[in-house]
Amino acid sequence: MAGTVNLVCTRERLGEMLTELRATPIPDGQVVGENFTPADGCHIASGWETFSYQFGTLGSELWTETINVVLASINAIPYIFGYVALIVMFMFVWRAIKTFLTPTRDYTSLKTVTFGDESAVRSETAASIISIILIFVIWGTFTGSSLLPSFMHLPGPFTGEGSFTYTVEDADGNRDEAEVFVNVITAGGVAEEIEIDGGDGFAKDDVTTVSVYSSEIVSWDRNDDVNRRDDGARIVAINGQEFQFDPNARDDNGNLLDAAPSFTLDFARVAITDRGTINVSPDPGWQMQPLYLPAPEVVWNRFIEIAKYGYQNVYLTVHLGFSLFRVIVGFLLGAIIGIPLGYAMGLSNWFRGWFDPIVEFMRPVPPLALIPLVIIWFGIGEVGKIFLLFLAALWIMAIAARSGVSGVRITKVHAAYSLGASRWQILRHVIIPNSLPEIFTGARVAMGVCWGTVVAAELVAAEEGIGKMITTASKFQNTDIILLGVIIIGIVGFGIDMLMRMAERKLVPWKGKG
Amino acid sequence: MSGLAIDNISMRFDLPNGGHVQALKDVTLDIKQGELMSVLGPSGCGKTTLLNIVAGFLAPTGGETRINDHVVEGPNKERGMVFQQGALFEWMSVRDNVSFGPRMAGKKKADYMGNVDHLLDVVGLQDFKEKMVYELSGGMQQRVALARCLANDPDVILMDEPLGALDALTREKMQGLVLKLWKETGKTIILITHSIDEALLLGERVLVMAPRPGRIHKEYRLPFAEMGVETDLREVKEHPDYTTTREEILTMIWDMEEEIMGRTEVEE
Repeated sequence: MAGTVNLVCTRERLGEMLTELRATPIPDGQVVGENFTPADGCHIASGWETFSYQFGTLGSELWTETINVVLASINAIPYIFGYVALIVMFMFVWRAIKTFLTPTRDYTSLKTVTFGDESAVRSETAASIISIILIFVIWGTFTGSSLLPSFMHLPGPFTGEGSFTYTVEDADGNRDEAEVFVNVITAGGVAEEIEIDGGDGFAKDDVTTVSVYSSEIVSWDRNDDVNRRDDGARIVAINGQEFQFDPNARDDNGNLLDAAPSFTLDFARVAITDRGTINVSPDPGWQMQPLYLPAPEVVWNRFIEIAKYGYQNVYLTVHLGFSLFRVIVGFLLGAIIGIPLGYAMGLSNWFRGWFDPIVEFMRPVPPLALIPLVIIWFGIGEVGKIFLLFLAALWIMAIAARSGVSGVRITKVHAAYSLGASRWQILRHVIIPNSLPEIFTGARVAMGVCWGTVVAAELVAAEEGIGKMITTASKFQNTDIILLGVIIIGIVGFGIDMLMRMAERKLVPWKGKG
Repeated sequence: MSGLAIDNISMRFDLPNGGHVQALKDVTLDIKQGELMSVLGPSGCGKTTLLNIVAGFLAPTGGETRINDHVVEGPNKERGMVFQQGALFEWMSVRDNVSFGPRMAGKKKADYMGNVDHLLDVVGLQDFKEKMVYELSGGMQQRVALARCLANDPDVILMDEPLGALDALTREKMQGLVLKLWKETGKTIILITHSIDEALLLGERVLVMAPRPGRIHKEYRLPFAEMGVETDLREVKEHPDYTTTREEILTMIWDMEEEIMGRTEVEE
């Protein structure tokens, strides 16, 4: 290929003049400025045109996306208000109960100024407990959980039998009414046969079986001997409600003249399709489909199941063990290299200058962006993933150690010198202990980042691991396992942070007290 | 052992904009063994710079400091330092802080522990030996700092506003303690302070410094420190001479501060 050139082309589409930028290959043997002639309506774009079109297109795309996001957010507003109303309601209820039970007041309530006084704001344990319970209750209500009494469930999908009538008019204007029996069964359920005798008249009764959350097209004329759709017969009424719609009435382009009607019945939505058949969608109710959100007990049972028997021949402990193993090894390697690196950067101009550009460049690069590179370099084995976690921890630990060293008060160092300590003793007894609180803060951040990174890395490539479990589950639409994985990731991440905090309190009790 | 000689010290700081600040100019002092000298002066007169030079944290741009007939070339345990605050090691217990010097010198535990315990008794911390320093109040922390300095047995103790961060009552008690320790140990002490009362009560010699360039303005030899060893510090304050001297120095520093306000030079 001789090269590529940007052309600005104007063309007509649907009666609208459209100007667009096209990267066009230059045909062999042609040279821009000599024998290359752009197609009709096109000219070679100047540099300015190239970029103004790019940004113009980008701007309009982003504007459309912005509107989409805003519209989606507006839909969420009633739910947010509802949730806030619940929070406030529980607050007043709880306060009423508390005042009723304990007439004495705590000292915080004696303060005249509590708003803006940070010390007067403490985490209310009752609120935390209610909040967590409420999450499960909402989860249960929306999934029809068996853990909740059924009056707390939102209306579930319709199951069982329902029926509606339809009226057929044949080409000669004769009418007959027939009934459609709909049997709505739960997913994976077995339909009971509905016996029908077809009824009288030329239109025969129909029967259909639909799974919840799906829809079924009823070819109402399939069991009719005469007056089928091919003969010009069509439906003119559902449950006696007449409408004007003829699937055969079309203009020259084949577009329908009338809009196809739809009816909301007590058990289903019934719509007439463009081809004149009936589409039955049973009422899905307010609950979430198990595919979208399984009930809490389903997730719990799945947890017991895969804890006992594993998922896809891998035990849950193995998944979790591999993830933790990677995080711990990666973090330890990062700390082993990162902490001395940070110390060197904090103590020596030369090391500071040498590593500053590297650290400052690598620090904002999210480790996830390196996954493809790491897979190319190391393959999908353990080395690659641990290398990734090592990198994730390395910069955080180096920066924490560096600021720990830089943060030592010069008076402490001066005091140690005046007491006769040597440089090595000052490093050992002053600088290192002084930097430990910072290093612990860095370690907590690094562990959090590593845990997030390992899950993401396993999503991309792994044999086992909690992220791998989720990916596999998503391929089989095992939403319960995905949810279980997410919960386990959250709990383990929280647990890691708790352990780090405990270690911090135990090992650097002087933190924040200097 | 001889005293401390500050010989013609000058200190000039270069500024990033090419200018410079003369923090000290030709300061000469002789401090005898066992003297307690307090240094007073308005802000920016170079008190702390002088102390840092004597301690060896700063190299003067002119002149030299001699102690025990050798020239000061850096910090050393013969010159102990007590800072205003924040110089204790909060990762160590009170006892470990006080025994830091001897431990760094590699002494045997049996050799220094008796002295450390004794010093903690003297500063009134016998019940707090095993506590961590962050569990102590500000006044107690300064007692630890004093004990830590004494445990190392320095020839000269340099105090940079050691009581500056304490409340008035604690401060008065601590002044008494400093006097008591000075008398008991016979150490040479240089004490920098912002408080004229403290300078008069504690200083056998009181040095008033003047700013721009930092230099010695006037020197007093006062009897109040000796008096304070025997009597209550509050009685000393009622002595007629005390009041007169206090007024004199106050006016002197006041005038200097007034003069500074009129100028717009860059501060150190």
